[in-house]
Amino acid sequence: MADDIATVDPSSTTTEVLEKVVIRFAGDSGDGMQVAGTRFTDASALFGNDLATLPSFPAEIRAPAGTLPGVSSFQVQIADFDILTAGDEPDCLVAMNPAALKKHIEDLRQGGTLIVNTDTFEERNLAKAGYESNPLDDDSLRGYRVIKVPMDELTKEAVKGSGVSGRSVLRSKNFFALGLLAWLFHRPTEPTIDWARKKFANKPEVAEANVAAFKAGYTFGVATEATKSTFEVKPAALPAGTYTNVNGNTALAWGLIAASQKSGLPLFYGSYPITPASDILHELSRQKNFGVRTFQAEDEIAGVGSAIGAAFAGNLAVTGSSGPGIALKSEAISLAFIAELPLIVINVQRGGPSTGLPTKPEQSDLLFSLYGRHGESPVPVIAAASPSDSFEVAIEAARIALTYMTPVILLSDNSIANGSEPWLLPDIEAIPNIEVDFVKYPNGPDGTFLPYLRDVQTFARPWAIPGTPGLEHRIGGIEKDAITGDVSYDPKNHQLMTDTRAWKVANIANDIPDLSVDGDEDADLVVLGWGSTFGAIRAAARRARLDGRKVATLHLRYLNPMARNLGEVLSSYDKILIPELNTGQLLKLIRAEFLLDAVGLNKVAGEPFKVSEVAEKIMEMTK
Amino acid sequence: MTAPIYTRADFQTDQEVRWCPGCGDYTILASVQQFLAGLSRNREEFVFISGIGCAARFPYYVNTYGMHSIHGRAPAIASGVAITRPDLSVWVITGDGDALSIGGNHLIHTLRRNVNLTILLFNNQIYGLTKGQYSPTSEIGKTTKSSPFGSIDYPFNPVSLALGAEATFVARTLDMDRSHTQKMLEAAYNHKGSAFIEIYQNCNVFNDKAFIQLTGKEERVHNRIDLEAGKPIVFDDGAKAVVMRGGEAVVVDSNSVDPKAILVHDPTNPNASVAFAVSRLSHGPYGPTPLGIFRDVNRPTYDSEVNAQVAAAKEKLGEGDLAKLIASHGTWTVDPSGNGASA
Ligand code: SF4
Repeated sequence: MADDIATVDPSSTTTEVLEKVVIRFAGDSGDGMQVAGTRFTDASALFGNDLATLPSFPAEIRAPAGTLPGVSSFQVQIADFDILTAGDEPDCLVAMNPAALKKHIEDLRQGGTLIVNTDTFEERNLAKAGYESNPLDDDSLRGYRVIKVPMDELTKEAVKGSGVSGRSVLRSKNFFALGLLAWLFHRPTEPTIDWARKKFANKPEVAEANVAAFKAGYTFGVATEATKSTFEVKPAALPAGTYTNVNGNTALAWGLIAASQKSGLPLFYGSYPITPASDILHELSRQKNFGVRTFQAEDEIAGVGSAIGAAFAGNLAVTGSSGPGIALKSEAISLAFIAELPLIVINVQRGGPSTGLPTKPEQSDLLFSLYGRHGESPVPVIAAASPSDSFEVAIEAARIALTYMTPVILLSDNSIANGSEPWLLPDIEAIPNIEVDFVKYPNGPDGTFLPYLRDVQTFARPWAIPGTPGLEHRIGGIEKDAITGDVSYDPKNHQLMTDTRAWKVANIANDIPDLSVDGDEDADLVVLGWGSTFGAIRAAARRARLDGRKVATLHLRYLNPMARNLGEVLSSYDKILIPELNTGQLLKLIRAEFLLDAVGLNKVAGEPFKVSEVAEKIMEMTK
Repeated sequence: MTAPIYTRADFQTDQEVRWCPGCGDYTILASVQQFLAGLSRNREEFVFISGIGCAARFPYYVNTYGMHSIHGRAPAIASGVAITRPDLSVWVITGDGDALSIGGNHLIHTLRRNVNLTILLFNNQIYGLTKGQYSPTSEIGKTTKSSPFGSIDYPFNPVSLALGAEATFVARTLDMDRSHTQKMLEAAYNHKGSAFIEIYQNCNVFNDKAFIQLTGKEERVHNRIDLEAGKPIVFDDGAKAVVMRGGEAVVVDSNSVDPKAILVHDPTNPNASVAFAVSRLSHGPYGPTPLGIFRDVNRPTYDSEVNAQVAAAKEKLGEGDLAKLIASHGTWTVDPSGNGASA
């Protein structure tokens, strides 16, 4: 036990050992719920639990305090086995004010634990949340185990003497809540205390206030009758190795750095800030000692434009955004496509159209990624399935872009980008190199350079970068002769070039792994997914199997081209279910491509699937 | 290695030049090729990036590396080249529609950042490639296909715009005057940072004689104000002079003022206000119009700052170690028996 936190007489408490537990922190945007959730998560990760998180914040930076739109929340599921999602309904809800209670109480499972900060339940806040009477006084909360805590008062008391004063005092109340949860769920306390001291090293008084509040919360748990029964979730039996807790945007940024090292090309990231993709820019801009150059452009088009210039100049060039920004980049992506330059375009999808739900996940840019350009311009599209998968997918996007001289669209979404999970750290040495050969010498007759004389295997055109003597050449948006690269308006040549470019991309199917099915081989039903629905689909199939149903699952990383055996695999099942956070985009593709009667499960409610939603559909289809 | 010896022919390509006969673009192309040949710098170190428009065909005709890109975006694309490859000489070829209309945003931000590249804006005051609509530099009242009752769009003064965008090098020249053009090219080439040259370019098909007041035998002597560093601004064979009055540059009869009152041109003045005032002497090639270098000052270039930050980070932290990076947010180990243990 760190420092001087009160120790407990084990005989005075009861501890229930759970396989998994779902906890949700909810409070006003200013209450520090994201910090509390992240700290709880990291302590759990270091303790060895498997876990998955789902942060949720308001779109407004400063929504009016105490109101429903101002509520920010963070959900984490911790388990002693390999869980796949952040959980459907919380077992424990922390509500820092009436608005947080109002917004989240319906999700708390019956019999679940509710921790409320009673100090905020006064008339004004109740009114702002739309309560006519105080829910703590009527019996609307019966059915839950309610732990009432005057957190404001106790926090004020705890931080006295820390040097923090005035309104800042109450900023430590998230640490009070965190301390109480550390007690309640048997979390190690050192990681949180260490973090606070490190994070606020420049403001020791803030560090000490937070530590004091944390300890006070813990002590409150120890001392209070209401919290005598606690919970424990043992470490998970995960594959041996070293783990870290990682979110999708960070893993993606690190994957790009890995691709830069493995290809030997400097990384250039041209981007314009947009939610929820900005954290990729933030992370990359910190990693300059990896030779990373980031460029915060004047707009989305300049973001992709600068990346196209960097690609022409011989860099691993990347641009990133979210749906609306990708729409602005569309014309430039077509330029990269016809100029046949390697470029990675990251789309961290959010709820749309337009500004839509900028802080919520959705998978509604799939068809847009495949078809959202003018002219015939098919580009490879791949998608990350989870936060940690983003690392590998980034490397794969680079491999495809560099090997085939093409733009590649990489899809993530808000739940992957901001959600986190334990990641078994890969052996960096073991990641294969990405071979890149800049052309050095003329490839045509009489010392000429033919910029479109393709590789016979990949159909990629040669990449000759400025500075290479004798290979001076011009590329651009006008159609080019199939070999010389000179401007060509010849009708036959345009047909040939259009077909060749399409064929080049389609041919990538020969360079990606066949799909393998997870689950029961003799199942009647296969559940097909892509992107962030991975966890919910796998967990739902597991649940259905426990109920005796036979279910198989398939998950697509490659959306264009798709794995060669997809049609064959799908055809071997009687029924196909495709859950998506859109109105049925992969469904449309599968039905059109394979003439199979697949069924969709679709949701665009600004939140991921609950496992139960997918499980119910599976049950219904396997009756 | 000895410096290469080039002639203009070394910078020509085998592509048939497809501008209308008599177009000012031909003259500019010749000036640029001539200038490049004279530099004795390896041909492969030049990159020409263009957008869309008649002028944008330019890279196809210059035997260097080049990209004919999309409308308005050349400064952004060129920035990506210049930032990552400080070893190259990067040029942007653009027009009045390309740079000032659809690509206005990229132009001003590139100038503000001071990315090390040279922007040649061919200003013909018309949309040529789309066959004759008014452009953001067309004069008010201009009758074109899209303004049959006369244009009501107030035009930009590109030099004033560039100065307002914090450009560190701003000049204006004329297609017809090849020696003046080459002088401007040389100064721009030697400038570190973004160099902006407005080139008055005659579109003889859709806007012929737009610059007649500066090119016509009769007119030019009265209207052409040649800016020369360190010299008083006088023109019209010395009959006219420019003086500052209440923050404004005005044309006066030379003999009506004390010679000491005549404005001495100083492009290196850190304060851009005087250069701006000089740029306001005309709002287009009508009447007395200054040509030459308006501004030429030093400011750290964007690309060198980017690369300095990378170098400083490597110096301070050493070459990035990816294994360390991915373990930098705290780790724990699970032993082969499957038990978690905190680390
Ligand atoms: S339309 Fe005008 S600018 Fe274009 S090529 Fe012809 S003359 Fe030159």
